[in-house]
Amino acid sequence: MAFLQQFALLLALLIIFSTSCKTAMLEVDSAEVGLNYSLKSSAIENISTSTNDSTGGHGSSTITTLPIVIWKWHHVETPYLVALWILTCWLCKLVAELNHNITSVIPESGLLIMMGFILGGIVWGADKAQTFKLIPVNFFYYLLPQIVLDASYCMPNKLFFSNLGAILVHAVIGTCWNAGTVGIALWGCYEGGAMGNLNIGLLQFLLFGALMSAVDPVAVIAVFEEVHVNEVLYILVFGESLLNDGVTVVLYNVFDAFVSLGGPKINAAEIIKGIISFFVVSFGGSFLGVVFAVLISMLTRVTKNVQVIEAGFIIVLGYLSYLTAEMLSLSAILSITFCGVCCQKYITANMDEKSVTTLRYVLKVMANGSETMIFVFLGLSAIDQNIWVWNTGFILLTILFIVIFRFMGVFFLNWLLNQSRLIPIDLTDQFVMGYGGLRGAVAYGLAASLDEKKIPEKNLMLGTTLIVVYFTVILQGITMKPLVQWLKVKRAAHSDLKLIEKLNNRAFDHILSAVEDICGRIGDNWWTRGWNRFEENYISWLLMKPKARKNRDYLFSIFHKLNLEDAVNYVSEGERQGSLAFIRSDEVANVDFKKQFGSEFTDVMPDIMVNMSNYELGIENFSVTSIVKDTIPSVSLDIHGKDRKNAADDINAHHLLQQHLYRSRKNHRHKFSRSHFSINQSEDEVQEIFQRTMRSRLESFKSAKMGVNPAKKITKHHKKDLTHKMANGHPDGTDHLYGDEVDSAVGSETGAIRGTFMRDTYTVRAGIENPVFLPAMDSPTHSSLPWLMETDAVAPSQRAQWRLPWTPNRLRRLAPMRVSTCSTDSFLMADLEEHEEKPQTDHEEEIRPVFD
Amino acid sequence: MGSTNSTLLKIPNVEVLMQETGFSPAHIIRLHDRFKALDKEGRGHLCPHDFGAIKELAMNPIGDRIIGAFFSPGKETVDFHTFVKILAHFRPVDKDRPKEPNSPEPINSRSNKLKFAFQLYDQDKDGKISRDELLQVLRAMLGMQVTDEQLESIADRTIQEADLDRDDAISFEEFRKSLEKINIDHKMSIRFLR
Repeated sequence: MAFLQQFALLLALLIIFSTSCKTAMLEVDSAEVGLNYSLKSSAIENISTSTNDSTGGHGSSTITTLPIVIWKWHHVETPYLVALWILTCWLCKLVAELNHNITSVIPESGLLIMMGFILGGIVWGADKAQTFKLIPVNFFYYLLPQIVLDASYCMPNKLFFSNLGAILVHAVIGTCWNAGTVGIALWGCYEGGAMGNLNIGLLQFLLFGALMSAVDPVAVIAVFEEVHVNEVLYILVFGESLLNDGVTVVLYNVFDAFVSLGGPKINAAEIIKGIISFFVVSFGGSFLGVVFAVLISMLTRVTKNVQVIEAGFIIVLGYLSYLTAEMLSLSAILSITFCGVCCQKYITANMDEKSVTTLRYVLKVMANGSETMIFVFLGLSAIDQNIWVWNTGFILLTILFIVIFRFMGVFFLNWLLNQSRLIPIDLTDQFVMGYGGLRGAVAYGLAASLDEKKIPEKNLMLGTTLIVVYFTVILQGITMKPLVQWLKVKRAAHSDLKLIEKLNNRAFDHILSAVEDICGRIGDNWWTRGWNRFEENYISWLLMKPKARKNRDYLFSIFHKLNLEDAVNYVSEGERQGSLAFIRSDEVANVDFKKQFGSEFTDVMPDIMVNMSNYELGIENFSVTSIVKDTIPSVSLDIHGKDRKNAADDINAHHLLQQHLYRSRKNHRHKFSRSHFSINQSEDEVQEIFQRTMRSRLESFKSAKMGVNPAKKITKHHKKDLTHKMANGHPDGTDHLYGDEVDSAVGSETGAIRGTFMRDTYTVRAGIENPVFLPAMDSPTHSSLPWLMETDAVAPSQRAQWRLPWTPNRLRRLAPMRVSTCSTDSFLMADLEEHEEKPQTDHEEEIRPVFD
Repeated sequence: MGSTNSTLLKIPNVEVLMQETGFSPAHIIRLHDRFKALDKEGRGHLCPHDFGAIKELAMNPIGDRIIGAFFSPGKETVDFHTFVKILAHFRPVDKDRPKEPNSPEPINSRSNKLKFAFQLYDQDKDGKISRDELLQVLRAMLGMQVTDEQLESIADRTIQEADLDRDDAISFEEFRKSLEKINIDHKMSIRFLR
């Protein structure tokens, strides 16, 4: 898996620790991992002495005898510590998430910071100094990129771009406003004598204001995701915080340059240069991101043959876009943001669905992982006496100003925006926006990377930044939820995906652009439509696979998604019910999918089952068609229930049972296809009884470990079975699946009976091996959905066991069941095996584990 | 203001029109100009082919339906009043405007907006979107990208989602219910008509 390599690489690069860490720290670390504080003090002594010994031994070049095992701590020290710290931080998250009553009050980010305090205290206690802290290089190069990439890649694109104007206004103008006003106001207060005697000038205050204006996306996401505000508010706050980081860094760099330049040298020309550099850096970074997005999209057009590492390309190239921007001294955050936002649509279309899922999860793992680490280390870094230079005036005024000016900026800009917005941002939303200005790791990272030579009061600034971060993340984070409830902020309407809504959205778009045409004015929809047309004609042509281009209609993909969802629900619901038939019934849908959408769509409409079967059967490289051809409805239910003498009776009984099962299931299905899946418990009693008996059978066979044969054996068996079948020359060409030897034996004798039997009840199923089958199935009753169809309503129960036995995990589940059918009251099959096994000696080894 | 007033005075019953639609004088004048521009032959009313002359509209997949919405059944022309009234559907809802208790429902209310959308589907005006009507719209909007079978299953699914009384058609009530969660004020409003 590509992402594993990728991730391992990143982990190895994560150097969180200052280089001169003592080996003793390892012990503190591992003690914390186990949260085993009592052991700590004694263990440290032991280990540190032993490590000292071993390092001595390791360091000596001459050896007197061949060592069997050597203690090589220094070989692995750095990666080992990195891995341990990652583990520690993630365990902290685990602990923080243990109790949901706590996380519903205190946001997770706050909890993690508090855990960081504890860990920091432990490190301090052990080492009497803060050996571990978040250093800016690690933060900016190894922790931040994946968070930004994940955030931008998962950005709801349409929402983002339709609100881009407002987001940009807040992110650019708002940030500059915050930086300027906070800096100037603090300077004014300093001049007024509110802070005593400090060695700070106006430029330094402005620099401080710039770094304090970074609204942290990590903190914001962590808080707002728990609150579930309405989507416009969410995208405004989230988009702003994301872009604002880029702007902040640019602003910070400009002011940093001013500080190094020194006050007297700054003239109008320098200021103009600063402004120009601001725009060049921001827009250049964004542009570079778009360039990389184009590169990624074009690359994914041709990665079909290396699907395994497809997802890795996006991560690597995303990271490269970050580093390249950094190299060109453009805004790296903006670069990776726009890279993620822009390439998202095309790579989703180009890549295999599995790769898309992989990418999403890998990004989530990486982003959440580093987010956790950031918060823990934010807490951890606080336990360091060096950075604490207390200045009450400075700290309190900073907090006061950032809150006040944030609110002022938000209200003013929103008022400005509301003049032209179709749906104005209402006052409560504005208030939450203002309150959501959480500061986080970016501010800390920038503060930590201040140069002490240029800014003598660096530690004061760093300490203040930390306090501001704690204040906003913990206090504002805790109060956010009650505030949102109290202000009755419009929450996100949780809605299921509905086709009719999407359809009408599309219709509304067309209507609006038509009305704009009639009015003869250029409006928003004109631009949207123009862009869409341009994209369709040129950009998609460049960036999308031809195949993806053909089938990428939005409505259609929604439909596809809904179908998949239904199928998954269907299966899981069936499994929950313990009914075997439900496990199967998705295959009905599967067959229908193919039929419905025609062969040219099978590749883009990856119906789950075909994929899965390919995947699971990869051992022997069975093609789907071969399976379909080979398998035959040798359904065990009836077959096992057949005795030679009263075969006909059993057929009848089975038939009866089938009828009942079929009916109840049909009801089931009908309900299922509604978006709200509920099961009518008062339905056909037969099914209930069936389920109950099935469950009790399962219970009784749980202890017997049967059918855990490795898959390979089984497939072999299957092959053997095939040849066996050939030799026997079964008239009906029945292929006997794993569990059905029994029936094959019967089959040779009662072949004629069964043949006829199958012909009438199993029409649908038997058709599968028959090429004529597809046309027969191909007359869909269009009035209903695949799984609602009357024609194959009979199928799931019939199909109840075809193809299952190949996959080992299914086997495990199936085997007891099958045996149970042999030995139950209804089928009276307990004594059948001895008759059956004789003609099939070549299967005995497979059968054995099942029956002993 | 002089020119504004003089233009306004040329339109008969302009006060009533403004009252009904909620448009400002500036909007009325703009729309009047547009109306006159569309009405190339100067007859004082518009015919379907006047709309057809709008190039962009001809490319709109459901453009002809929207044009059709301007003409009440049996009529071949639309005068300025009807023209403005229909466009008034797309005026954003203004919250500040005081609501008079006994005033009729404004044209740009949520349900009127929905009705406008509904009648685009419901071409035979029987108060229901039948499967065939839905299919026609779907075919127009999805175009060549999707096969007929897919279109049909999409249509079936759509009807199924909305259809509460199981008559295989969507009545207006069902239509309204199924779109309850959509912010119609947002989706069916045009900013410059504010």
